[in-house]
Amino acid sequence: MSDPDDSAGEAGYDEWIAALEDGEGYYLACPNGHGSLPPRRRCPHCSSGELTEQALPETGTIATFTETQVPIPSFADDAPYVVAIVDFGDVRLTGQLGEIDPAAVEIGQVVAPDIVERETTGEPLVAFRPV
Amino acid sequence: MVRIVGVGLTPFGTTPERTGRDMFAEASDAAFADAGVPRTDAEALYYGNFMGALAEHQGHQGPLMAEAAGIQAPATRFETACASSGAAVRHAVQTLRNGEADLLLVGGAERMTNLGTDGATEALAIAADDLWEVRAGVTFPGAYALMANAYFDTYGGSREDLAHVAVKNHENALENEHAQYQQRIDVDTVLEAPTVSAPLGLYDSCPISDGASAIVLASDEYVAENDVDAPVSITGTGQGGDNLALHDREFLARSPAAEDAATEAYDDAGIGPDDVELAEVHDCFTIAEVLALESLGFYEPGEAIGAARRGETTATGDRPINLSGGLKAKGHPVGATGTAQIAELTQLLRGDHVNSDAVPDATVGLAHNAGGTVASAFVHVVEVAE
Ligand SMILES: [Zn+2]
Repeated sequence: MSDPDDSAGEAGYDEWIAALEDGEGYYLACPNGHGSLPPRRRCPHCSSGELTEQALPETGTIATFTETQVPIPSFADDAPYVVAIVDFGDVRLTGQLGEIDPAAVEIGQVVAPDIVERETTGEPLVAFRPV
Repeated sequence: MVRIVGVGLTPFGTTPERTGRDMFAEASDAAFADAGVPRTDAEALYYGNFMGALAEHQGHQGPLMAEAAGIQAPATRFETACASSGAAVRHAVQTLRNGEADLLLVGGAERMTNLGTDGATEALAIAADDLWEVRAGVTFPGAYALMANAYFDTYGGSREDLAHVAVKNHENALENEHAQYQQRIDVDTVLEAPTVSAPLGLYDSCPISDGASAIVLASDEYVAENDVDAPVSITGTGQGGDNLALHDREFLARSPAAEDAATEAYDDAGIGPDDVELAEVHDCFTIAEVLALESLGFYEPGEAIGAARRGETTATGDRPINLSGGLKAKGHPVGATGTAQIAELTQLLRGDHVNSDAVPDATVGLAHNAGGTVASAFVHVVEVAE
């Protein structure tokens, strides 16, 4: 199967990745206190169109996680890896946990977000490390 | 009422060389043979398929499958990931109730094993949010593993509890000739199998499957005018939706889209969860059956984890779940699953299913079909009613 032209990029997502890499992570906030991720023009929880960029907190807590042994092919060289959903208050992020023994991961653990490089493809990857 | 006049299935399993069109031809032939009505009476095909563009390099499958079925009528493909043919059923029910048609062919097909495990794993993953989940390495089993760990953390439960779901569904499939696995397993087999995405192992997961299913639905008027034997009807339909990405949901250990679909379907049929005597639920992973039973109102949140272990959902239990073997043992050719569930329930209620003896007096069944991590959900109530 053929893939789309990667050089076209993903407007909204690429800028978000670059910002987090520079330590300036953000999320979209609506007046009702809901958080979400770009690109979007409407809050996914209340439909508000008044979305503003808010600074992503420097740390969040692990809401759930899994250690994946059987990856999709574009993560073949990364496996096994731990995927976690991390709660940052108004918004949650999905990424991979690094710099920690998978057996030591627990729900509720405090972690900080970062951007690392996916081993298999060299693409940017949302990552978390314990603090 | 919407009458089920015929049902048909291919065997589910590993037939990588078989084209989707050939599988759907077999399933629709079986459905029309069961129905005993001329296929040329069908006024449209409503067809579910998820990954045909990837697996067969075949888009625009509706007209292709109408040809395969030998019906001279327009066709539309529905896509809601693993719930694609559940969506087709709902729209067919609405069309028949509106009086816009009197006979419809509804079904689905999926060819998967020709992709290999890597290819099928990749194709299934695209049901998740590409930017925010797939690019983080979330696989389809991985997404349900995230839900399973959230469930354990919120309500308790163990891998052994989940293993009992797999053991039960394999047991139910033993005599089902359409099932991919007609093979008994025990709890240790499940617990000792290789991990796919912790806490889910190989035997917590449905297989990768090829297969097709079809049902013929008719209006009361068609059944009366043509003197058709159709003892089972679809009496309730419901649909629910949710945010696509799991992290955008308030509760990671629940599936509210299925709760919404169930509430709507119960109201539509004029029944409640206590009236349901058997159900086919979307057990793509063992934890998914647990979430389904709670969403359908059979159990309070946190209570369904022990249902299979306690024997309440086995063939001899109070309310048998997945007497067909479910996705887990019967197989999960994703686009075919929604109509396959209706086909199995119809036979179970008519008394001509190999497992009908488990529910000899039952008159009310339910089908629960979910897409992705239940961002799409369809519930149908199926009753012995004319
Ligand atoms: Zn909002």
